[in-house]
Amino acid sequence: MAPKKVVLRFSADISDQPMIYKLVKDYNLVINILKANVNPQMEGTMVMDISGENIEAGIEYLRSVGVGVQSLTEEIIQNEDKCVSCGSCTAICPSGALFIERPDMIVRFDSDRCVVCHLCLKACPMRAMEVRF
Amino acid sequence: MATERTFREINERIKQGKAVVITAEELVTLVKEKGVSYATSEVDVVTTGTFGPMCSSGAFLNLGHSKPRIKMQKVWLNGVPAYSGIAAVDAYIGATEVREDDPLNSDYPGEFRYGGGHVIQDLVAGKKVNLRTTGYGTDCYPRREFEAQITLDDINEAILFNPRNAYQNYSCAVNPSSKTIHTYMGVLKSNMQNAHYSTSGQLSPLLKDPWFKTIGIGTRIFLGGSVGYVAWNGTQHFPSFMKDESGQDLSPAGATLSVIGDLKKMSPRWLAGASMLGYGASLSVGLGIPIPILNEDVCRFAAAGDDELFAPIIDYSQAFPERESGNLGHVSYAELKSGTIKINGREVTTAPMSSYPRAREIAGLLKTWIQKGEFLLGEPVELLPDANAGINANALQG
Ligand code: SF4
Ligand code: SF4
Repeated sequence: MAPKKVVLRFSADISDQPMIYKLVKDYNLVINILKANVNPQMEGTMVMDISGENIEAGIEYLRSVGVGVQSLTEEIIQNEDKCVSCGSCTAICPSGALFIERPDMIVRFDSDRCVVCHLCLKACPMRAMEVRF
Repeated sequence: MATERTFREINERIKQGKAVVITAEELVTLVKEKGVSYATSEVDVVTTGTFGPMCSSGAFLNLGHSKPRIKMQKVWLNGVPAYSGIAAVDAYIGATEVREDDPLNSDYPGEFRYGGGHVIQDLVAGKKVNLRTTGYGTDCYPRREFEAQITLDDINEAILFNPRNAYQNYSCAVNPSSKTIHTYMGVLKSNMQNAHYSTSGQLSPLLKDPWFKTIGIGTRIFLGGSVGYVAWNGTQHFPSFMKDESGQDLSPAGATLSVIGDLKKMSPRWLAGASMLGYGASLSVGLGIPIPILNEDVCRFAAAGDDELFAPIIDYSQAFPERESGNLGHVSYAELKSGTIKINGREVTTAPMSSYPRAREIAGLLKTWIQKGEFLLGEPVELLPDANAGINANALQG
């Protein structure tokens, strides 16, 4: 089966579980972690490629322990016509993908760092952050 | 002798193309390098700017008469109600009004996707807007219903009239509680993970003339991409000074402006609908004020840099909603803009709500207009009340 890119979101109470180990050992999957981020509240986001025969079963397992799993076929873009560089998304974005370039204070978007958490979509007052499938 | 200038003299120089105009950012640097006396002798006008959500905004529209006539009792523009308790075909579309079927905060946090601010932006963008209106029928205005697609060109007057804009200074909002809150200062994460602030600091118009030595009724300004005027002081105009621990003036506090201008000449780049998650709809307004350097006093205040201007840190989970006094200290705009501040010894990430790049662009545009002689200064017919006017805030009792 073709590798699948997914984003995982998990809360503090399950962040100490050996999830990746289980995916590898019990489901025989090959995991390639592309990005991982744990905020000070111990809530984590992880983007990874999964390949192997039992992807669906592995994802079922993750969901059963309370991990949010989302397929990463979508991509976030910054609509430059709408963005006014106010900056109000920058402290919300958990990955640093949205950041202020100093000293000019222009808000930049680095899609490579984006973990597709969707937080900016509604936090942006101009609705300048959009999902592209 | 110390330099003194009048509005009239400066306007003469503008007409001759001789006026020296710089932005407030440039003045900060100039005064730091060469001092107030030198800057005052060299510079005629300093331009300022700000661009951010300003809820107390809206437009008076005269929609024109239909055949037969209708006395519009209710008016909706793209489904957003406009206030029509004025003459037959006059209405006021307010920035924060939303559609009657908006879920508001029933699905918390509400998205407030489309409100009066968006209607205004669509109008200035030249888009077609659905006008629906009902009336009760009178002998002289018999019609009871009317619906049409209109554009800004189709209607008679459209006057942007914002009762409170250009807040002089604003708090730095934090949330020490254990859950995320959604405010007009943006999304504030729990346990003080972020701090949001909202003025352009050293570029902010009213921080640069805190004693209202030059700004008053009739001051010509940049408004929504075109020319506007200061109409009056704004509502909740409290032009006092915050004090530091020793009781010294720390920074200007809460003066505001009410401003007016021709909406038909404005642009959607400088009037943009905003949706504040969990709070409501609004309008981001671009506003800039030229400050004539009449004397050294005016110059000194206009030259205040980000390191000399301060904002109070306010708890928006408790103190603000419960209207409790007190704050968590003060921070300078230089610290706020650096990206992190210290609150009780802890590092907190900061983010602005108003756009500094856009504020800079406004100051730059205003500078160019004046340099080209396209924009003359408006001498106020009356200056606005200052910190000595003894204005106190009233509160609702009960
Ligand atoms: S909140 Fe929206 S408009 Fe503001 S900087 Fe971020 S993307 Fe741009
Ligand atoms: S979706 Fe938005 S908030 Fe989330 S990581 Fe990407 S840019 Fe940041």
